[in-house]
Amino acid sequence: MKTTDILQEVYSALTSNKVRSGLTVLGIVIGIGSVIAMVSIGSGAAGSIETSIQSIGSNLVMVMPGFQRGIGTQVSAGRGSAQTLTQEDANAIEKEITLAKAVAPEISRRYQVTAKGKNTNTQVVGTVAGYPEVRNVQIDTGTFISDQNVRGLSKVAVLGPTTRDDLFGTGADPIGQIVRINKVDFRVIGVTRSKGGTGFGSQDDMVFVPLSTAQRFLAGDNYVTTISIEADSQKDMAAVVQQTTGLLLARHNISNPQLADFQVLNQQDIVQTASSVTDTMTILLASIAGISLLVGGIGIMNMMLTAVTERTREIGLRKAIGARKKHITLQFLVEAIALTFLGGFLGIVLGWLTAFLVSRFAGIATQVSAQSIALAFAISAAIGIVFGYYPARRAASLNPIEALRYE
Amino acid sequence: MIECRNISKIYHSSDIETVALKNISFVLKTGEFVAIMGPSGSGKSTLMHILGCLDTPTKGEYFLDGKNVSQMSDNELADIRSRKIGFVFQSFNLLPRSTVLRNVILPLIYNNAPKAGRLQTGQAALKAAAFPDQFWEHKPNQLSGGMTQRVAIARALVNNPSLILADEPTGNLDTKTGEIVLATFQKLHQEQGRTIILITHEPYVAEHAERIINIKDGEVVSDSKNPNRRIAGRQTL
Repeated sequence: MKTTDILQEVYSALTSNKVRSGLTVLGIVIGIGSVIAMVSIGSGAAGSIETSIQSIGSNLVMVMPGFQRGIGTQVSAGRGSAQTLTQEDANAIEKEITLAKAVAPEISRRYQVTAKGKNTNTQVVGTVAGYPEVRNVQIDTGTFISDQNVRGLSKVAVLGPTTRDDLFGTGADPIGQIVRINKVDFRVIGVTRSKGGTGFGSQDDMVFVPLSTAQRFLAGDNYVTTISIEADSQKDMAAVVQQTTGLLLARHNISNPQLADFQVLNQQDIVQTASSVTDTMTILLASIAGISLLVGGIGIMNMMLTAVTERTREIGLRKAIGARKKHITLQFLVEAIALTFLGGFLGIVLGWLTAFLVSRFAGIATQVSAQSIALAFAISAAIGIVFGYYPARRAASLNPIEALRYE
Repeated sequence: MIECRNISKIYHSSDIETVALKNISFVLKTGEFVAIMGPSGSGKSTLMHILGCLDTPTKGEYFLDGKNVSQMSDNELADIRSRKIGFVFQSFNLLPRSTVLRNVILPLIYNNAPKAGRLQTGQAALKAAAFPDQFWEHKPNQLSGGMTQRVAIARALVNNPSLILADEPTGNLDTKTGEIVLATFQKLHQEQGRTIILITHEPYVAEHAERIINIKDGEVVSDSKNPNRRIAGRQTL
């Protein structure tokens, strides 16, 4: 029996009952389609979270103050509340950690900001000239804070695009205008480029001022809230974390690392935590889709078993005119595989379309990967073989004499 | 040439032995037209299954073209059926979804016949079975009973078998169309020298053969030349 003969027999058998074949295929189409769509939504979400984490800077290590805890008491005021990091710590890191490419200390706090009668409550970040490089901030118009501004205690401010829109109107040019933060007037010297408002709070709704100015006129002390360090490369990050921890422990005279009054965060840890969440979500979605695929597979088996019963006489005849067992097995197996392959192909198209429509109308990022398509094809072929084998063997093992007599 | 030597078939079901055939022996020369006749339950169907290599005897030997096929495996039997035997059934057993021509060439896909010559072989078989060529592309359910049986005969001929086995070929047909089918068999026997075994319970049908073997209760009761042979369709053909 030649391959083309099998295909011809399979084609003729499947097209003789188009409605039934179509409905059976539909089960697989829905199964594969939902696998593709769900996985694409899952990996799209993972991708967008990763991008938003990357947007706060690359190869980033962040140092934050630890718990504030009074002597002899167990009451904690919460992470980040302590005032333990100073400008001097930042300077020491910059000087001694050679793997650090750039260091940007910052002090940030929310203030009411007013300009020409309009006002908004936003994050005011006092920082240094190295901040844009470390935290991946780009300037749209004007300039960022310079070293000179920091040294000279200049009262200048750089606005985020959202803050600019809130205070001066969408797209207005605020350069040279005055904004008032905590009763102190600042001259606007630049606006940052929009990063998009996804992820951990909007990166666009911010005001940047020189670190020294913020310490002197806004906070009134010498502490910083975060020190951001950019490592030379991704593989140096662990070393930077270790060296920074050692340096600060020594500077703060702490011998037991368990009692450190600061914490060092690695950006990669954050990415990993976030992606483990989205991975779990993807697995959850994919397993729901997998169940519908299983149901589709059982549909295939059901149809093939019905077909074997219905075509008992045909099987008997084929055996009488010389078909071997393997010819019958092959014919029914190929019928099942043809159905699942067709279902798989249409399912991929459907899943792709769903993913496209979801990102188009629901605004959720989706990502259809080559792997998920290859996986879908492999699964649909496997379903055809697994669920087609039993009916095919059953057909092949029919006794031709009894099969020919079957009514 | 076909030879049966002391063929017996015994069925066992829950400790009860049923003897379907007892020591059947006969020889059939190539080109003979034989009717095997007997009432229902006589064992003629069991004999046909053994002669058609669908089943093997419990005891005894069956030689087809000098080859002992009585102890062959399922696959070997399938190959013998595909090359040496053509079946014609009472209920036609054509595939309803395929055309006449496609039905006729179906046996060729199982004996590895080259694709190129299949259509010509099928057309030749249909011509030999006196099937009119304007219906070649019809589906079986668009044909009359007599026509349908001639498609089945063409299918039985297509692999150029050593033996054509017809199991009650006129059983589902009225007398007139039955005549036409019997005439087709006689023509194949006469003109092509085909070896034909006709299994029937009707004496009238059996009388179209050259020789009649009578079976009763699994045993041959008579085996003789048919003295007053009928020639089918003298009036109709």
